[in-house]
Amino acid sequence: MTETAGGGWARPEFTAVEQLRGPLLIARGVKGVGWDEFASIRLGAGELRHGLVLEVNGDLAVIQVLEGTAGMDPNDTSIEFAGSPLRIAVGPQWLGRVCSGRGEPRDGGPPVTGELTMPVAGFPVNPALRLPPAEPVLTGISVIDELTTLVRGQKLPIFSVAGLPHLELAGQIAAQASAQGEPFSVVFAAMGLTHADAAVIRAILEERSAAGDLVLFINLADDPVIERILTPRLALTVAEHLAFTLGRHALVVMADMTSYCEALREVSMARGELPARRAYPGYLYSDLASLYERCGRIEGLPGSLTMVPALTMPSGDITHPVPDLTGYITEGQLVLSADLHARGIYPPVDALSSLSRLMRHGAGPGRTRDDHLDVAAQTLAALAAARRARELSELIGSAALGDSDRRAIRFEQAFETTLMNQGPAESRTLAETLRLAWQVLGVLPRRDLTMISASAVDRYYP
Amino acid sequence: MSGTAAQVSRVSGPLVEVTGLTGIAMSQIVQVGEHRLPGEVVAINGGTATVQAYEYTGGVAPGDEAVSLGEQLSGRLGPHLLGAVFDGLLRPLAGAPAWLDPAASSLPSSGQDLAWAFTPSAREGDHLGPGAALGAVSAPGGVRYLVLVPPDASGQVRRLRPAGQVTGQDVIAVVGGTQVPLVSSWPVRQRRPVARRLGPDAPLQTGQRVIDVLFPVTRGGTSAVPGGFGTGKTVLLQQITKWCDADVIVYVGCGERGNELAEMLTELAGLTDPRTGGRLAGRTVIIANTSNMPMMAREASIYSAAAVAEHFRDMGLHVVVVADSTSRWAEALREFSSRNGEMPAEEGYPASLASALAAFYERAGRFTTLGGQEGSITIIGAVSPAGGDMTEPVTSYTQRFVRSLWTLDRDLAYARHYPAVSWAGSFARDAGLIAGWHARNGDPGWAARRASLTALLAEADRAGELAELMGASALPPRQRIAILAGRLVREGVLQQSALSQADAYCDQARAAALADAVLAVSGRCLELAGLGVPADQLEDHDFSPLLRAKEDAPSAGRVREIADAVLAELREKPITAPGQREPGHD
Repeated sequence: MTETAGGGWARPEFTAVEQLRGPLLIARGVKGVGWDEFASIRLGAGELRHGLVLEVNGDLAVIQVLEGTAGMDPNDTSIEFAGSPLRIAVGPQWLGRVCSGRGEPRDGGPPVTGELTMPVAGFPVNPALRLPPAEPVLTGISVIDELTTLVRGQKLPIFSVAGLPHLELAGQIAAQASAQGEPFSVVFAAMGLTHADAAVIRAILEERSAAGDLVLFINLADDPVIERILTPRLALTVAEHLAFTLGRHALVVMADMTSYCEALREVSMARGELPARRAYPGYLYSDLASLYERCGRIEGLPGSLTMVPALTMPSGDITHPVPDLTGYITEGQLVLSADLHARGIYPPVDALSSLSRLMRHGAGPGRTRDDHLDVAAQTLAALAAARRARELSELIGSAALGDSDRRAIRFEQAFETTLMNQGPAESRTLAETLRLAWQVLGVLPRRDLTMISASAVDRYYP
Repeated sequence: MSGTAAQVSRVSGPLVEVTGLTGIAMSQIVQVGEHRLPGEVVAINGGTATVQAYEYTGGVAPGDEAVSLGEQLSGRLGPHLLGAVFDGLLRPLAGAPAWLDPAASSLPSSGQDLAWAFTPSAREGDHLGPGAALGAVSAPGGVRYLVLVPPDASGQVRRLRPAGQVTGQDVIAVVGGTQVPLVSSWPVRQRRPVARRLGPDAPLQTGQRVIDVLFPVTRGGTSAVPGGFGTGKTVLLQQITKWCDADVIVYVGCGERGNELAEMLTELAGLTDPRTGGRLAGRTVIIANTSNMPMMAREASIYSAAAVAEHFRDMGLHVVVVADSTSRWAEALREFSSRNGEMPAEEGYPASLASALAAFYERAGRFTTLGGQEGSITIIGAVSPAGGDMTEPVTSYTQRFVRSLWTLDRDLAYARHYPAVSWAGSFARDAGLIAGWHARNGDPGWAARRASLTALLAEADRAGELAELMGASALPPRQRIAILAGRLVREGVLQQSALSQADAYCDQARAAALADAVLAVSGRCLELAGLGVPADQLEDHDFSPLLRAKEDAPSAGRVREIADAVLAELREKPITAPGQREPGHD
């Protein structure tokens, strides 16, 4: 990453506020202010707010105020521009800290500072220097590790609906994930969380935070909405440095992306931009890509950046722009099921709708265990058979089912109760997960295990 | 070069307005700000020019300097393109740093330092017209790379380099007073001239059965691949990139995933071209503008790809352009027109979207080149419909302009039926013409085979819908056999695993044999049902050798042997025992 010298600019204050509207402040009479510059805004009462320049036109600058414009008096406000797009300090000093969505301490500690700063917008990774993801990140969660293995450098979102425990799951992943003993750090960006949810997340992550492995950025539901646009960028900038400069495997968990997108929509509307689907801005895809594509592995650099964004699908609609555009960018998805949740199964992952596109690169021989990919394929095939059998039984009654259909349904029950169901603080090793997977496969007769090599069946079939 | 007085007056993301430029014309390149970020003039209003910037404009301020280069957006065309990776403006990415910071570094310029072996084919003193060959350079991947007289030059060859090493900076010849360099520059939005446009003729062999057998595309044709996320769009396009029988592939990753691109680069580097024995990477030009790279370079990348394709076509080569995804390109158009205050048409897209799409696809075709050779450009574009909605503007416009449509179906993909090309939602307008070509080239049964498969699939779908309503056992035998036959076609012919060693690529003869085998077996089943053999006995028969033939049988001959064995089983033993095992689904 490149360092450019900051400062060196005369920083006059501007006081002519032409207009205040929603989250926007329009200043007149500014000179030498560039697009996307960072601004500090001082209110008459001495309060300090922050903003980003959305447009400069002659001597007019349109500024999006992160904390909102409430209480601002156009005749008593002064603006100072930073002379460059926003940069933040990076380094290991972030580890163990709990901060606001703008990076200010929320743990009673001193502000996080440092010599080395990076622009929060980041730069695109040269695609010719990306390395294809190839090693697993183990989450200690059986259903994920067995069937949708997370791979270093991958982005794998959680698609959920309101009322399901996606935050707990995201928190559990953040608390437990590891890279087979190599240095590992987690950056958690919480956006638009209620106080209750934030308390849950803080409790889940307390231990890892205390161990100095984790940075937590929290933007609460009643915090400034526009601040949310900054939160994931801060998290990613800190994580990029941990990964590609300090050589750690960094995992960034972002929740809830739907709140982030709503903040983006709010700014877009205030600017009077042409709305696209569901009034989200037309650039939502590119904006999300500018976050999601910051993960990966890079030739010649240590470390990796893996991402788990969590989002709630409004009304459970997977064609809603937020999950839809996320799905177009990410490499698979974990879909949560209201049905499993209602039956008390945690984590309620709909295994057949979930997919890790990079799993075949990160699991199996030389990565996890030789039989892993075959076990996963056989389990999914059996779950698909169980689903067909259940649909059939709803049509014709369970009494009319054949033996193989009944076995498939028994398999599914064993899978849900034995393998999938797990404590919210329980971390299972991969060996334990695969032992349970074989225990579940034991419901099926040996001859049905056609997707697994005979030697693996001999060795592991219970 | 025009004045120093020109300066930036407005910046809104990639939109930059500049005042004080004199002698500026539309489409010219203007550099803005202290880091001289490139952009293109897209509107001129009085003394103000609107510039679409190709880099992140953070920090660019009103009052910053703007400089006109007096030329249009151009790409450098030469042998260095083959086997390499470029950004949307055709700047090489191989020597660039890990993070693309427009302020910190300029990308290295193209193809200056590489060297190739040149062999002249013309002689000094020859009189040559535009497009005539001067000689060839040895290019990677066995591509027949010719150095041609440029479109605007002709006359006597005054100087010609002798055989030997040449670099990207060298002049190859002087023809009629014009220097002919090895690496030349071309404004990418302009078509390169040809002598004549020809009608379609031969099919492009993709190695993907569902395409080659059901929905073929001609060399010089166009095809679109609409599909929601997770339907396997990128995998299908990458399979075509790897295996189709073109001479040169131009793959433009336009607003898509970086990791996928990295994966494809790694795979291509390890694969051998079955036709030439060279590295597959050596016949491929990759233009990478991933989703997080500047949006407006995404807009240009499509045209860069077309110019590169035309460059190779002029040598008399067959070129395929794969664009993944045209929807992201259309979004770049929308983004800019929105910032520019244009009136929106459907879903915020500019009213010019349809014509822009049409014009892009029209750069495909089969041509007689200026040099009198035959060359073609086939364009295959992915479409990413928002929310899987096939009525959205990019999808619905594109369908009108392409010759073939391969619609990817989410239900098929969820059922792990790959490639998930829907037989009901796809078309091939040139199927009749391609049938004629097959008839002239040793496969007179091609049209009948395609018609039988299509009819079978349609009948199976109808019967399947009925079965869902009333249960399969309530259907008459003919319809139950139709459902069975539909399954045999899907699993035995259409499904093709991109991960399979044996079946990722399927040649025409083997594809035809597999289809014929399934048709023969289905026909026999129908006959037997007509003779009174109960449908459930036929349904329970073990067809797995037939379904596995695509993996197990390496040749058309072996497929026919397997089919004969299955037919013999069906004929010889009257089926009595209800099947001991379910027919394999893989």
